[in-house]
Amino acid sequence: MSAPDALLAGADATPPPPWGLVGFVETAPHIYRTCEALRDAGYKKFDAHTPFPVHGLEHAMGLKPSRLPWIVLVCGTLGALSALAMMIWMNVIDYPMNIGGKPFLTIPSYVPITFELTILFSAIGTFFGNWGLSKLPRYYDPVMRHSSFHRATDDRFFVSVEAADPNFELARTRALLENLGVKDVEEVAP
Amino acid sequence: MSASPAQAELAPGAYEYDQSLTLDESPATRPPLVLGAKNFHDITEQVSDIVERRTPRPWVLLLVAAISLFLVLQGSLYRLVTTGIGEWGNNSPVGWAWDITGFVFWIGIGHAGTLISAILFLFRQKWRTSINRAAEAMTLFAVACALIYPVFHVGRPWLAYWLFPLPNQMTMWVNFRSPLMWDVFAVNTYGTVSLLFWFTGLVPDVAMLRDRAVTRGRQIVYGILSFGWRGSHRNWLNYEKAYLILAGISTPLVLSVHTVVSMDFATSVIPGWHTTIFPPYFVAGAVYSGFAMVMTLMLMARRAYRLDNLITIRHIENMNKIILATGAMVSYSYIMEFFIAYYSNDPYERFHFINREFGPMWWAGWTMFTCNALIPHLFWFKRIRRSILASFIISIFVNIGMWFERFVIIVSSLYRDYLPSAWGYFHPRLVDITTFGGTFGLFFSLFLLFSRYLPMIAASEIKGVMPEANPHAHDPTGEHATHGPDLLEAAHVRT
Repeated sequence: MSAPDALLAGADATPPPPWGLVGFVETAPHIYRTCEALRDAGYKKFDAHTPFPVHGLEHAMGLKPSRLPWIVLVCGTLGALSALAMMIWMNVIDYPMNIGGKPFLTIPSYVPITFELTILFSAIGTFFGNWGLSKLPRYYDPVMRHSSFHRATDDRFFVSVEAADPNFELARTRALLENLGVKDVEEVAP
Repeated sequence: MSASPAQAELAPGAYEYDQSLTLDESPATRPPLVLGAKNFHDITEQVSDIVERRTPRPWVLLLVAAISLFLVLQGSLYRLVTTGIGEWGNNSPVGWAWDITGFVFWIGIGHAGTLISAILFLFRQKWRTSINRAAEAMTLFAVACALIYPVFHVGRPWLAYWLFPLPNQMTMWVNFRSPLMWDVFAVNTYGTVSLLFWFTGLVPDVAMLRDRAVTRGRQIVYGILSFGWRGSHRNWLNYEKAYLILAGISTPLVLSVHTVVSMDFATSVIPGWHTTIFPPYFVAGAVYSGFAMVMTLMLMARRAYRLDNLITIRHIENMNKIILATGAMVSYSYIMEFFIAYYSNDPYERFHFINREFGPMWWAGWTMFTCNALIPHLFWFKRIRRSILASFIISIFVNIGMWFERFVIIVSSLYRDYLPSAWGYFHPRLVDITTFGGTFGLFFSLFLLFSRYLPMIAASEIKGVMPEANPHAHDPTGEHATHGPDLLEAAHVRT
C-alpha cells in the first residue's frame, strides 16, 4: 500500500487487507509443482499466470474441465434448427415458388445451408462463450499490481493466491510460497 | 534469491540445444522447431521487434506500391459501376469469366490458412506454430479480395444485401435450392469463422505487445484488443477448449466451402462442369493453391524479417510435402476428368476435353496442366524440396497454374458448349485485368499493415512447443504427481 492511499484511508485506520499474494517462478516444471503443492495444501482460490498454456496445469491446480463444449452444443443445435426452420418457412410455407416444377420441400438442397449455419452458430458460441466463461474483457485485475507482472506474457510464470481463500493466512501463505521457491512474493491491493 | 531444492533441480542452461543438430527428419531424433539457443524471452523479443522497430524503409516502399495497386482496383470498380458490367469482357456465351475466376482463386488461397490453423492443429503438427498466424491472416485478406467479385458482379453493389433472406416489400424470399445461395452462406460463414479464430489466437500475443508497450497509443490500442488478458490458467483452460472447438468446426467448414463453390458449377449441365469429382478436386486444388501462396509470402517475410530460426528448412520442406501431396491429388483429378470423358461416351463431354487442350484456348489448358500437374512433381526430389530458391519459383508457378485452372474450367467450358451456332470466344478487357491486378494491391496492403502492427508469429504457441515448455521436462521418474506432496512436506518442515 502506498503512502497517499494510507493518508486517504485516515491516519488511524488499519490498512485494508490485501487482495492476495502474487509471486513468480521461472520455469514450467516449477509452476507445475508449485500449483500441485498449493492444491495439496487445500487452497482453492489461486491461479497461475503463464505466457503459454502449460500442459496439464489444470490437473496440478485441481480444476474441472471447461464447460464451454456445452455452450457450443446448444448453439450448434440452435443453428441447425433455425436454418431448417428459416428455409422451410420461407420456401415452403410463406411464399412457395415453383422453380422448374421441383417439389417445394427438398431436404437435400437444404443440407449445405443447415450445415453452414450450424458451424456459424457454434463458432459464435465458442467465441463469446470462451470470453464469457473467462470473464473477459476486463479492464483491471489485482494481479496486475505486481511489480513485474508485465513479464507474465513474456517468460515468467506467476502464481497468485487470493486472501478470500479460507486457508489464506498472510504470514503462513507467504512462507509456503517462498519455501516453494516462488520469488518476489508481493502483497497486492484489491 | 534463495536456492530451494526445486530450483537446484531446474538449473538454467539444461535445455540448450546442440547447435550442430541437423534438420533431417528422423523418428528417433526429432529436430527442434526453433533453432539457436533460444529461450522464451528471445521469442518475445524477436516477435515483438517486428512491430516495435523503427518503420523499415522497404516496408514503406512496398506499402506505397501496394496501396497504389489498391487504388487501381478502386478506379476499376468505379469505372465498372458507373459504366456497367460490360466493362468486364463477360458476354454471351461466356457469362462468367475473370470475375468468378478471381473469386474462386482468392477463396482457394484462403483455404491453406484454415488448413494450417485447424487441420494441422488437430493432427498435432507442431511445426505449424511458426506459420499459422500469418497464414490465417492471409485467409482473411484473401476472403476479402474474393468477396469483391460477387458483390460487384451483381451490377448494383449497393443492392448486394438482396443476396440475404431479408423481408422486403415484395414479400418474396431467396431460393434456397440454388447453389449460389448456398455459396452466400458458405463464404460468409467462412469469413466470419476465420475472423473469430484469428482474433482468438491473437489475444495472448497482443497482450504480450501491450505489456511491452511504451507509447500511449500502443498501450490503449493493444490494451483494448487484448481484452485484459493476463495469462490466467483458468482462462487458458477455456481458451484451449475454444481453440480446439474452433479447429474442430473449421475443418469440416473449410472442406464444405470449396465443395459448395464447386457445386456452383457441378449442379449445372454444362460439359466440363457437370461432374461428381468436383468437390474433392476443388478442395485439393484450394489447399494446393493456398499453400503455394503461404510459401510465397512466408519466404518473403522470412527474408525481410530474418525469421530463419523460426521458419526453418524443416518447415519449408513440410510445406513442400503438402504442396506435393495436394498437387498429386490435383494431377490425379485432371487425368481422371479426361478418363471419365472418354469412358462416359458422352460426345459433348468428350468434345469439351479435346477442345480444352487442342481448341483455340489450348494455351490456357496447357499452362494449367504444366504448372499444376508437372512442375510440382519436382518436389519428389529432396534437394528441390529443401531449396529456398526452388520452393519460391515453384510456388509462383503453382499460383499461376491455379489461376489458369479456374479460368480453364470456367471459360473453356462456356465458350463452346452444345450448339456450335452459339459458340463464341472470350477476350479480357482492360478493366478485367486491372480489377484482378488491383485485388493483389488490396491483399498486399492488408498483409503489410498486419505484419507491421500485429504479431505475425504466434509467440505464445511457439513458446508452448519449445522443449522447456514441458512441465515434466526434468522428471526422471515421469511420475510427476508424487512431487507435489514431497515439495509440500519439505516446505512445511521449514515453515
